[in-house]
Amino acid sequence: MFRTRPDIRPATVEVLVEGNLVLVPEGATAAAAVLLSGLPSIRETPVTGSPRLPLCLMGVCFDCLAEIDGVPNRQACMVTVAPGMRIARQHGARAARP
Amino acid sequence: MTDAIVIGGGLVGAAIALGLRDQGLDTVLLDEGDIAFRASRGNFGLVWVQSKGLGAPWYQRWTRGSASEWPALADDLATRTGIDTALQQPGGISLCLSEAEFEDRARRMAQMREEAGNFGFDYRMMRPDELREILPGLGPSVVGGSFTPYDGHAGPLPLLRALHKAFTDAGGRYVPNAKVTGATAAPNDFRVETAAGTFAAPKVVLAAGLGNAELAPQFGLNAPVRPQKGQVLVTERAQTILPMPMTSIRQTAEGSLLLGESNEEVGFDLSQAPPVMAKIAVRAVKAFPWIGELSIVRAWSALRVMAPDGLPIYDQSERFPGAFTANCHSGVTLAGAHARVLAPMIARGALDPVLDPFTAKRFDVQNAA
Repeated sequence: MFRTRPDIRPATVEVLVEGNLVLVPEGATAAAAVLLSGLPSIRETPVTGSPRLPLCLMGVCFDCLAEIDGVPNRQACMVTVAPGMRIARQHGARAARP
Repeated sequence: MTDAIVIGGGLVGAAIALGLRDQGLDTVLLDEGDIAFRASRGNFGLVWVQSKGLGAPWYQRWTRGSASEWPALADDLATRTGIDTALQQPGGISLCLSEAEFEDRARRMAQMREEAGNFGFDYRMMRPDELREILPGLGPSVVGGSFTPYDGHAGPLPLLRALHKAFTDAGGRYVPNAKVTGATAAPNDFRVETAAGTFAAPKVVLAAGLGNAELAPQFGLNAPVRPQKGQVLVTERAQTILPMPMTSIRQTAEGSLLLGESNEEVGFDLSQAPPVMAKIAVRAVKAFPWIGELSIVRAWSALRVMAPDGLPIYDQSERFPGAFTANCHSGVTLAGAHARVLAPMIARGALDPVLDPFTAKRFDVQNAA
């Protein structure tokens, strides 16, 4: 069903996933970086604490929520990587900041 | 042998059907299907007392009564189904964003207390210094608010699921995709034709929301309800920060903030467009500026089931005794009363006099003359 894209792009963009350096191709998503990092999960759900990794990769399932450059609850699959981006674990629900 | 047919599988119909089943009646619950407007699935989730029944103390008492039945309903549903309806009744606040709103609110609360008579009505008008001790990060636009200890909130979807599960677990028969296509009525003898078959029983309860307007005349009843659109915005989940619900802002048990409330008279139209959504968002951010930092992840609209005077309608047909109608826009708030007070009346075959003021006869021109 799926085939590898013919234009294999070099992994040239450096990002940090939970503090670990990961190289990803230009134009890739933060969710791709999370998957490349090999981490077993990137968030725990707010209600049951269940560990999750990116799943749908198209903005629907919200399982890729991560703290990206200090902003909590971002859908990593909808965010394009930038050099030096910091992608961190989303622990349950974010805090509101009154 | 079926004892009762309930038409409408939303919060009102499911609560009554469960109540009838618990009275020992063999009960069939007919549900239209996913083409229905399903106000129950758009409900904001307040168990709300403080704004209900101004100028109509019987409605204030009915609502208060339902709120006081709620803990027993929630416990019963949790025990029977394992479903937590997330009921919390810490009291509630209606925020005022202008002096005019505050004065109007104070006047309404005073009138509510006066009309409650010996029944009593506790409330407190609060200014921002007092509100800030309860509510974190209150915005400078808030000039005050009214608090009553009777208010609360619950999850409409777990409630709907729990009512259905308790009903079917108790032996009730749920029939989906059963839009009513025809009916014949005689005193204590009803036949209801649906897309899923024909059903007969000596009792029938019309709880079909907006569908009641069309159904009621076939049973010698009148249910002049109209749709009123309400819209809701939902934020991403956040750690629990709001200790109690407000009229137009509440935080669910899972952490989402629900933002309402709007009223639009636009008929059977569920569309959403920025102007009303923006108004909801602006009001929420004025109340709590920190809400502006949260992402909106969902929005929906639903149609309230509104009588001309905004109050519920309950009736038994005079022409065809055994046919009852229940109409309201507060399926969550009134679930306690519907399951535990109204259903036993219907099972006995007579509505108590406390429900007399809720008859649709109040809309008859002859009555006013």
